[in-house]
Amino acid sequence: MMPTVERVPGRGMKGTAERTVWPHSIPQACEDLMQAGARLQMAYAWFPRPGQPAEVIYLADRAPHQPFEILRCNLTEQTQELPSMTPRIPLLGWYEREMHELCGIHFRGHPELRPLVLHEGAAPPMPPLDPRYQPTGMMPYTESPWDLPPVEGDDVQFLPFGPVRADVLESAQIVFFYVGEAILHCHPRLFFKHRGMEKRFEGLTPAMGALIAERISGVDSVAHTLAFCQAVEAACGCAVPPRARFLRTILAELERLYNHLYYLGHLCHTTTLKVGEAEGKLLAERSKQINGMLTGSRFLRALIMPGGLRRDLDLAALLGKLRMLEPEILRYMEMLEQTNSHLDRLITTGHLPQQFAFDQGATGPVKRASGIQHDLRCDHPYAAYGQLAMEIPVRTDGDAHARVQVRMEEVRNSLNLLYSAIEAISGGPVRAECNPIPLAEGLGWCEASRGSTYYCVHLNGEGRLARVKVKSPSFSNWRVFPYTVHDTNMMDYAINEASFGLTMAGCDR
Amino acid sequence: MPVWTLFGLGRGLATTPWPGKQDAAVQPGVLGLPRYQSDRCDEDCRVCAEACLPGAMDVKDGKLLLDYGKCIGCQLCTEVCPNEVLTKSQDWAFGVRERKDLVWAEALASPAARELKNGIRRHFKRSLHIRHVDAGSCNGCESELQALNNPFYNLHRLGIFFTPSPRFADLLLVTGSVTYAMRGPLQETWNAMPEPRWVMATGTCAVSGGVTGGGYACGHGLEGILPVDLYLPGCPPNPSAIIHALLLLLHRAGQRVSGGRYAG
Repeated sequence: MMPTVERVPGRGMKGTAERTVWPHSIPQACEDLMQAGARLQMAYAWFPRPGQPAEVIYLADRAPHQPFEILRCNLTEQTQELPSMTPRIPLLGWYEREMHELCGIHFRGHPELRPLVLHEGAAPPMPPLDPRYQPTGMMPYTESPWDLPPVEGDDVQFLPFGPVRADVLESAQIVFFYVGEAILHCHPRLFFKHRGMEKRFEGLTPAMGALIAERISGVDSVAHTLAFCQAVEAACGCAVPPRARFLRTILAELERLYNHLYYLGHLCHTTTLKVGEAEGKLLAERSKQINGMLTGSRFLRALIMPGGLRRDLDLAALLGKLRMLEPEILRYMEMLEQTNSHLDRLITTGHLPQQFAFDQGATGPVKRASGIQHDLRCDHPYAAYGQLAMEIPVRTDGDAHARVQVRMEEVRNSLNLLYSAIEAISGGPVRAECNPIPLAEGLGWCEASRGSTYYCVHLNGEGRLARVKVKSPSFSNWRVFPYTVHDTNMMDYAINEASFGLTMAGCDR
Repeated sequence: MPVWTLFGLGRGLATTPWPGKQDAAVQPGVLGLPRYQSDRCDEDCRVCAEACLPGAMDVKDGKLLLDYGKCIGCQLCTEVCPNEVLTKSQDWAFGVRERKDLVWAEALASPAARELKNGIRRHFKRSLHIRHVDAGSCNGCESELQALNNPFYNLHRLGIFFTPSPRFADLLLVTGSVTYAMRGPLQETWNAMPEPRWVMATGTCAVSGGVTGGGYACGHGLEGILPVDLYLPGCPPNPSAIIHALLLLLHRAGQRVSGGRYAG
């Protein structure tokens, strides 16, 4: 028996400025936000009362240091469909398709309402995120022909690459239509790894939810858990002690460090700079070993929980280890920037214009390499970022090289942030009581190494999780990526993909 | 380019002597799965079972049932246990040949000495080619598998290689809890492999589903899908644990876990 969630007047999504709108006034409300300079970040739906129509929520970022704006729209028995905002705001395209498949909401006038998350042939008995759906096993599925765009021509070749790809890679299928070396059209078929993770939160206590959040995207464990816990803390009005906020900052930057170092090594792999690859991956390994020594987990897991940290950390050895690693990292990045064979493959590759990056929803280093200066750590500070000085590196070229340069700058910034945080941290408790408040709702966010991560948490009448929406950076960037592939050539594809630094697990959930 | 050659030479040897030198501390500080000391356990206490999200622990008739095949190493049980029955440990080399060795057994049977089917040693001596399939993981296992080829672990030195084509593969290494969409491609990869062939379930998700298994889109790992020759729980297992498991498969290392008990 699912407990009913009733909206209590005066409550609402904590940490946001929210407004309730009628279904027919969604276009106007979105237009107003756009005119006010806001950028839509995501949209999702949930079922406040099982068996009743859904509520759709749009999240927008209006300006730095201003609360996030939220539009809430209750569907009714009569109105089970909404006007699609995708033609006006393309980045909402995937969110609407996702709501269509997982929540059964129809979007009028959507330009591409094809299967996205659930593959052709998947037949759940009801929309999977409907709280009445308590699956006892996997939903029925029969492999069916794919819905691919028609591409015709005498010499057009067709290459479905994946889902099992070369090397140790995550599963995804990239379908190419090409002539010789020239790619006409690239059609990624993703979500092979859709595990239904958002559904897994249902009914858990917030403390247990943190374990699920850690496992949405393994290499972004800290970012996801942090965003989740901050959402719970916002909902429950919990103030995290200062030491815990600094420790969380340290963990988040350590995560960025090993991810970016691995990224640099992997990019060398695609440009066949073998020693550069070995060095980048060795530095990433040493960074992970530092994680292991500091926390017991190479992925910095089993630490962050609602209210703070599970246990205190001994930072005594950390500074010395980072100081030893730093000159090697700096030397490595300097050498990469002086290697012509490497740079030749990066400069002008996978060009993403600024307007495109904005419209299609690019995030993180990808967005900042296309000239959009935005970083949640600065613009909406969380943890201890408000007390630490940092810069947002931006490039305007929008090519693979710009994406690399932004990440290299971020590595330097991360090291500086780590030093300042270790210096500024004070003693004290690392955990506050975070008692779940029934029916509370909260928004949490985090700038992961790959970009913005948002969590929206809705608690039920018993203070357990009723709905958790996960917005991962790779979901945003995978939507953008194919636009940089059309009309390029096959030889550059692997380099371009590596330069985006995408994960599948985060995207597919 | 010569700059990089000189750089590489100047960098010297970065590879760990492990497992050649067994005593080398290869994973300093890294926690493994919790250690269980049954004699101190209070039979009426259920706090660990209640704190265990994947259900690796249960109490029945006053006895603690413990299945390391379901453990995600979240350490919560070690934090709630009032009697220090469950403690944090660095026991991570959890590769086993039989699933039952991951389950705590009251009476310890004699160590598993089962020869792998067809005798892998006869076929491959010491070398092995691996095809990896990600059947729906969180990317944690992939991250550690990718680490195997970095200069620190340098898997090639042990004669073990990842291969792009299943046609050249001896071992199918599977990660993830097997989603509905990956079940077909996984089966096809298996069908494309020449015999004799082996399967390794890597990570708790592939062994039992862990916390991601079940639900509308996921199975429970390789259970009932493929015949598994080696189970390695861990969330994710660290690179050394993976190497140990691969060497175990090749009879180049001994199994450390039997009846749920870990022998260092």
